[in-house]
Amino acid sequence: MKIKRNTLLTLAGLALLVGAIAAADATLGRFSVRILNLSAIYIVLALSLNLLNGFTGLFSLGHAGFMAVGAYVSALLTMSPAQKDMNFFLEPIMPFLRDIQLPFPLALLAAGACAGLVAVVIGVPALRLRDDYLAIATLGFAEIIRVLITNAQSLTNGAQGLKAITKYSTTWVVWSVAALSVVFMLALVRSSYGRTMKAVRDDEVAAEAMGVNVFKVKSTSFVISSFMAGVGGALLGHMITTIDPKMFTLTLTFNILLIVVLGGNGSITGSVIGAIVVTVLMEALRFLDMPMNFLFIKTNGLPGLRMVIFSILLMIVVLYRQRGLMGNKEFDWDGFIGIFRRKGASSAGGRS
Amino acid sequence: MISTRDVSMRFGGLTAVSDLNIEIQKNEIVGLIGPNGAGKTTAFNAITGVYRPTEGRVVFKGRDITGQKPHAITKLGIARTFQNIRLWTDMDVLENVLVACHLRMDVGVFASTLHLPGYRVKERRSREFAMSLLESVGLADQAREAATSLPYGKQRRLEIVRALATEPSLLLLDEPAAGMNPQESLELMDFIGSIRDRYDLTILLIEHHMQVVMGVCTRMYVLDYGVTIAHGTPDEIRRDPKVIEAYLGVD
Repeated sequence: MKIKRNTLLTLAGLALLVGAIAAADATLGRFSVRILNLSAIYIVLALSLNLLNGFTGLFSLGHAGFMAVGAYVSALLTMSPAQKDMNFFLEPIMPFLRDIQLPFPLALLAAGACAGLVAVVIGVPALRLRDDYLAIATLGFAEIIRVLITNAQSLTNGAQGLKAITKYSTTWVVWSVAALSVVFMLALVRSSYGRTMKAVRDDEVAAEAMGVNVFKVKSTSFVISSFMAGVGGALLGHMITTIDPKMFTLTLTFNILLIVVLGGNGSITGSVIGAIVVTVLMEALRFLDMPMNFLFIKTNGLPGLRMVIFSILLMIVVLYRQRGLMGNKEFDWDGFIGIFRRKGASSAGGRS
Repeated sequence: MISTRDVSMRFGGLTAVSDLNIEIQKNEIVGLIGPNGAGKTTAFNAITGVYRPTEGRVVFKGRDITGQKPHAITKLGIARTFQNIRLWTDMDVLENVLVACHLRMDVGVFASTLHLPGYRVKERRSREFAMSLLESVGLADQAREAATSLPYGKQRRLEIVRALATEPSLLLLDEPAAGMNPQESLELMDFIGSIRDRYDLTILLIEHHMQVVMGVCTRMYVLDYGVTIAHGTPDEIRRDPKVIEAYLGVD
């Protein structure tokens, strides 16, 4: 009975969500739709980082690198030879790459696969490290990837980047991928394999003693996370339609980390909420960077002021809700209805 | 069942264990005792693969397992508990046991994420097995509670249950009675005996609580400063002057 009610509520919620996205896509302006879609991409990215950080306990700062790999692979695979010729005006593109053109879904998968492959190469040596050391190593690898991309002129067009990438990341595409990621993560985390990941996070020594192949679990998590980061990066490229190496710096990784920490390390719900809140705020607070006029005091615009707001927000969350908005809890209907019940009960008590 | 052959464990200039020779037959319950810092836990770590012995070999069921990874050794059938309880804090009681069941489930990341039919069957079987284990120690009612919310004695039991869930043939218990009151210790003795019979186990245990060791073990080894100073039946050990000296400091 109760289970049936929750299933109905979930279906209703999903229908509402699909309706809301459809309505937003149809009525909102291009700028707003873009923010909406950016949130979806950040959901994918935040989930992928959360898999590492929140569920396997690996502190990695290499996400921007894997996103770059994904973005470049997908962009190069979907461009027509003519577009490539237009982009590579300094030095011609490698001949075999020039003639390859794949449909977008395949290119997206290839983007993830390549990012995953890079993760295998990087992960094997780096995953022997722990905690902060791993973070520094992955950070270094991400920078190496970026420098390689900047200098591989005939492969990536170097610092000029790639322009006129086809805009495949429509509202439906990005939100479908986001939904798929959420479902995938839920299924993974609730499975037996997901439990071993949490065991590795909570106590590695105990996990090993109970027969968990810690290195394998860590590697798997690292590769899956990188696959998702690659897909997210590819979607981002196909939304902005231009990519260049400067996009994929540490700042990008930190934005995703901010989402994960704000939402709650180890909470899928938290990552979803965090991704939407941070993306929307990031744009909504843009006026802070503009020149402002408070009647008597005029400022010339302080680029980066909105990041100050984020820093303050992060500090507040870290001080008052150490584990983020959701902690490591997930959304469920019983808890959700419980909140209203309690509020209703207390207000009813107040009246009498 | 298991034997260590001249196993030595050195950390820099410190010899934590030297020339350890333990030999345990099937279904025996053997004790490993000694004063603090005698190298008992180090011996455990050398057997279970946490450390690679500096010298010597560990042979389990006629197979050299020296230097293998801990998870591989667990797969061969050696499970252990820890001196300072190491439960997974963010999981409930049942999940703690289920993680240990994963070893024998033999499912990969894809099968379990996609919840394929084969995985579902194995998952259900694991849950039943885990619940039956929890029931046997009276923890079934608390299966859904956070593992760390259990009282100390029950956490120790849960650790033993978790080790049993890997379906071992040799169980290493590191101070199972630590922090238990006399009543709990007595129950523990019965419990150790009963799991030996029910799951056809061989048990090696480290213990400071003499009443427990003497009561449950058929044989014991005594370590002092990494050196095996005595071994024999509880009665022999009790009368051994070297043991008395090590424990009471006769000069």
